[in-house]
Amino acid sequence: MNLLEISDLAASVGSQPILRGIDLNVCAGEVHAIMGPNGSGKSTLANVIAGREDYQIDRGRIALEGQEITTLSPEERAHRGLFLAFQYPIEIPGVSNMEFLKAAVDSHARASGDAEITAVDFMQMARSAAEQLGLNPEFLKRGVNEGFSGGEKKRNEILQMLMLKPKVSILDETDSGLDIDALRIVANGISEFTNPTNAVVLVTHYQRLLDHIEPDFVHVIANGSIVRSGDHSLALELEEKGYSWLEND
Amino acid sequence: MAGTDNNSLDGFVGRDYAAGFVTNIEADTLPPGLDEDVVRFISARKDEPEWLTQWRLDAYHGWLEMVEPTWGQVQFPAIDYQSISYYSAPSGDHPKTLDDVDPELLATYEKLGIPLHEQAALAGVAEAQQRPPVAVDAVFDSVSIGTTFKETLREAGVIFCSFAEAVHDHPDLVRKYLGSVVPRGDNFFAALNSAVFSDGSFVYVPENTRCPMELSTYFRINERNTGQFERTLIIAERGAYVSYLEGCTAPMRDENQLHAAVVELIALDDAEIKYSTVQNWYPGDADGRGGIYNFVTKRGACRGDRSKISWTQVETGSAITWKYPSVVLRGDDSVGEFYSVALTNNHQQADTGTKMVHLGKNTRSTIISKGISAGQSSNAYRGLVRMNPGAEKARNYTQCDSLLIGEKCAAHTFPYIESRRPDGIVEHEATTSRVSDDQLFLCRQRGIDPEKAVSMIVNGFCKDVFRELPMEFAVEAGKLLEVSLEGAVG
Repeated sequence: MNLLEISDLAASVGSQPILRGIDLNVCAGEVHAIMGPNGSGKSTLANVIAGREDYQIDRGRIALEGQEITTLSPEERAHRGLFLAFQYPIEIPGVSNMEFLKAAVDSHARASGDAEITAVDFMQMARSAAEQLGLNPEFLKRGVNEGFSGGEKKRNEILQMLMLKPKVSILDETDSGLDIDALRIVANGISEFTNPTNAVVLVTHYQRLLDHIEPDFVHVIANGSIVRSGDHSLALELEEKGYSWLEND
Repeated sequence: MAGTDNNSLDGFVGRDYAAGFVTNIEADTLPPGLDEDVVRFISARKDEPEWLTQWRLDAYHGWLEMVEPTWGQVQFPAIDYQSISYYSAPSGDHPKTLDDVDPELLATYEKLGIPLHEQAALAGVAEAQQRPPVAVDAVFDSVSIGTTFKETLREAGVIFCSFAEAVHDHPDLVRKYLGSVVPRGDNFFAALNSAVFSDGSFVYVPENTRCPMELSTYFRINERNTGQFERTLIIAERGAYVSYLEGCTAPMRDENQLHAAVVELIALDDAEIKYSTVQNWYPGDADGRGGIYNFVTKRGACRGDRSKISWTQVETGSAITWKYPSVVLRGDDSVGEFYSVALTNNHQQADTGTKMVHLGKNTRSTIISKGISAGQSSNAYRGLVRMNPGAEKARNYTQCDSLLIGEKCAAHTFPYIESRRPDGIVEHEATTSRVSDDQLFLCRQRGIDPEKAVSMIVNGFCKDVFRELPMEFAVEAGKLLEVSLEGAVG
């Protein structure tokens, strides 16, 4: 079943077109990788799917589980199961991670008409997710990303994903800024999270994350369009030949 | 609610001011205007002794010679002091006890969530996990309509009553301390208040006594075209401790109304006074029509050695706020603190801060100010730290943070530092930040709606100040911020 369906998506900032007609289908149980050189439109694609208002959608549609979400607000998309792990997670001083996570989890429960999770169950869930990512429970009491190292910020994004259990997770350069050990922990967290009912889209510049999480499909974006799709071997080929190989193609 | 608006942080749609209703009650209200007769009328109405009438008249004559201060970062049309009524009180005899109070008035306080029935207050305690009850003095326009828990407090030796009662029952204390911290001629608005003040609260905590409960005064302006000019005097004798809270609201009206209060605190040796304010006067509508002019003089005197005065204020209301709760640190090793959250939205203006005047040895002061500006509002911090020649090894720490929401608001910081001590230590830190689109998008992507997100971000920003509020008020303050920010996102 198609979880995420993007057809002929074009988007711009001001008068500058960035995406020039993207088609992408992601089915349940799949891992996709989107690769491409700097400035190719990878991050824009991730942000447009999540509903960031700085971009203008010129044409095309985005559907989640068969329902169009192109004009929905970011929070409505989130409630329907869309998650974006940010490339540069931002700080929210004075708001504890715990408080932030609880507000996020509660908003999802409210949107789907479920009862809010009790504080005790929530703490347990948060502690176990933190542990899975090698984070001290004290981490939950600190302000959101406040004074976190680059690696901690990225792990915090994955922590939020584990808590919200989205249908489609788009991870924007989650591997950047991670050392080898942290990369392995984060990759394990992602791998354990994937199951036949959800899907993960890895947006990455390098192949190294894909050594840990085997993608089913690899897409290469250049100049706002997907110029090549294939299996994992495409990523390896790219690593070997560089992006210029495709541009000269 | 923002859907797919282009400007996620811009644009305002008014706000929900829950306390904006009017109580329909017969009132005896003086016709507008101010002269000697009005001053004499107020004094006579309160059956005051001759010395106090004279004290008021002196203040009035002083005021006539003074001009409104113009140095504040606020703008407003000239106030016509002859168009204001200086006295308004519910009709009839003054109630002897709360049982005699007009049910309409009691209903007003109930609607505002202020428990005036001791039984009800006590019943609420069980639900609220054995929190001690709070004693309340309720001031309605120009008079106090009742004070709760007087008996309980009297057993502990604590006097908590309306100012008018204190003048009758404790004249020596009033005469000794009135105007001793804020002199009649201190400033234009303090002089006006000294001439026409009508009521307010009086607190006296005897030696080595810890006041057994939180005290609070709830100020309500109801009558149209009146000003409220109350006076609060709190005295903590040697080794005494008291925590006091004031709250304020007013109906929604298109005209501006003046509130010019004076608060004086006196702490003797080893005494501590904690004074918290949650100010929610009507701020005016989204276009800047109406609202209260809140021009207030608050000052505490740490007269005794090792005494401590701590001001905590959460200022969300008023069209214009002009106030500088200050501490004069006369006693050696005395401590002054000022924790402030000032939020302005729409067309509100605030010029607020503090003065810490170090006179004694080893005196210490801390200033934490959090200013939040949204809409087209203007929010200024103005603070003075002065270390006099005798203030050996005095220390001050000031942290002054501003948070901007949207593109059309303004934040200003005016710190004044005057140190005449080579060994004095003054530290000043200041930051200005913005609720960024990135922060907002992060919250929204996680499913949190924009209004909740902004309120969460602002609450996080204010955490250092809310920590200083008594528990139940900290919760209130958080909710109040949420309401005040309503409509702050597109």
